[in-house]
Amino acid sequence: MNEDNHTPKIKVLDLDFYYGKVKALSAISMEMHEHEITALIGPSGCGKSTFLRCLNRMNDTIPGTKLDGQILIDDMDIYTTGLDPVDLRQKVGMVFQKPNPFPQSVYDNVAFGPRIMGLVRGHVDEEMRVEASLKQAALWDDVKDHLQDNALGLSLGEQQRLCIARALAVEPEIILMDEPTSALDPIATLEIENLMTRLKDDYTIVVVTHNMQQAARVSDMTGLFWLGELVEFNKTKQIFTRPEEERTEAYVTGRIG
Amino acid sequence: MTLEEGASMESSLRARYDRTFSGIVDAILKMGSMIEEAVQNAINSLQNRDTALAQEVVERDAEVNALRFEIEEACLALIATQQPAAGDLRAVIAAMNIVVDLERMGDHASGIAKTVIRMGDQPLLKPLIDIPRMAKLAVEMLRGSLKAFVDVDPEAAQAIAPRDEEMDFLYRAIFEELVEIMARNPQGVERATYLLWTAHNLERIGDRVTNIAERVVFMSTGDVEELNV
Repeated sequence: MNEDNHTPKIKVLDLDFYYGKVKALSAISMEMHEHEITALIGPSGCGKSTFLRCLNRMNDTIPGTKLDGQILIDDMDIYTTGLDPVDLRQKVGMVFQKPNPFPQSVYDNVAFGPRIMGLVRGHVDEEMRVEASLKQAALWDDVKDHLQDNALGLSLGEQQRLCIARALAVEPEIILMDEPTSALDPIATLEIENLMTRLKDDYTIVVVTHNMQQAARVSDMTGLFWLGELVEFNKTKQIFTRPEEERTEAYVTGRIG
Repeated sequence: MTLEEGASMESSLRARYDRTFSGIVDAILKMGSMIEEAVQNAINSLQNRDTALAQEVVERDAEVNALRFEIEEACLALIATQQPAAGDLRAVIAAMNIVVDLERMGDHASGIAKTVIRMGDQPLLKPLIDIPRMAKLAVEMLRGSLKAFVDVDPEAAQAIAPRDEEMDFLYRAIFEELVEIMARNPQGVERATYLLWTAHNLERIGDRVTNIAERVVFMSTGDVEELNV
């Protein structure tokens, strides 16, 4: 366990990323550890979401993109080792800005991933997986009597927790969150933040957020992106009390951005 | 909302933040000048045996206390509504610490004035030499520390510490002189004690100023360092 804390779950080495000729990320190097929440902050267009999508090869689907450098997960290069991106995305789940449940039942939303991944061994196993995932996402008590209802009937906060349950159902090790609460009200936001702090016991979490107080509240480490560069990557407490870089100071105090 | 609108809103919020905080800084300076006046008046009342002036110093301490709470309230509101971070946060926290020290300096000035009132018309034990020096030094140090606060100047703040050593040196000299007088002349013990209290109050003001200087260093650099240990 102790060793885990020292071995990074994700290791990024000198990463450059291009959309065509436009360099969107430049010389990014950072490490993310298990049982920690890493927050990525920075102004719109600074590259933080692009970076997040590099971590599970979501950018592969965009034509004309190019990536240099390395991303290692559990010491394995996710771009060169012949890893199937589908397998990678099972290991590295993602939650998006707007809740995007399938227009199906609550139950089927969660069962969908394990089914198509061939993880399910019979009915009972499937039900157990669905229940466990909904419990982990702190949604079980709210939906256990309405599992066959359409997921679109849930509140936005519940929909987002359902999307988290759906991501958890395929047993990922890393969860990427791209502004997971920006469409939610403060109460639903708080519920997601509580959930994140519980989930970090079992998962490595990387979250992109525009809400600096959110980064300050939930994360252990914070990275500030700026025009495609990682300006400062430091303990969250340090970033918000005595940052080392002037640009970080200016950003967290609202002087630029 | 377009990006530009967002940016202009952000910069005007920033401007509002700066305005609010500079209001807090002004209030701290005002509090500082009230303390200066209180210290000077307390010492004048001692030199001129002016109990009416001493009474005024005691009464006006309530204004200093009220201003402290007003400033604390403004700092709390700023934290609650604007969530300052980094240097902004350190500055607000420093401001909240500084007003506590200023308020206590007011108590020390008022303590001197109360001693003057208690002395009534008993003649001074000896001519005052070092006590007015201590008072002058206290006022200069206070002014220097608040200037360092306004200028966010850690070097100027660090330069306060040696002056507090001067203060401690003067206090030590007064203490020894008065103890000697008391040993020689038991009839003078009460009047010597009055002067000792006065010197002690001034020495404490020096320590409070040093605290302010430490907060200025913290605010400017994020380092917590004890000056004048």
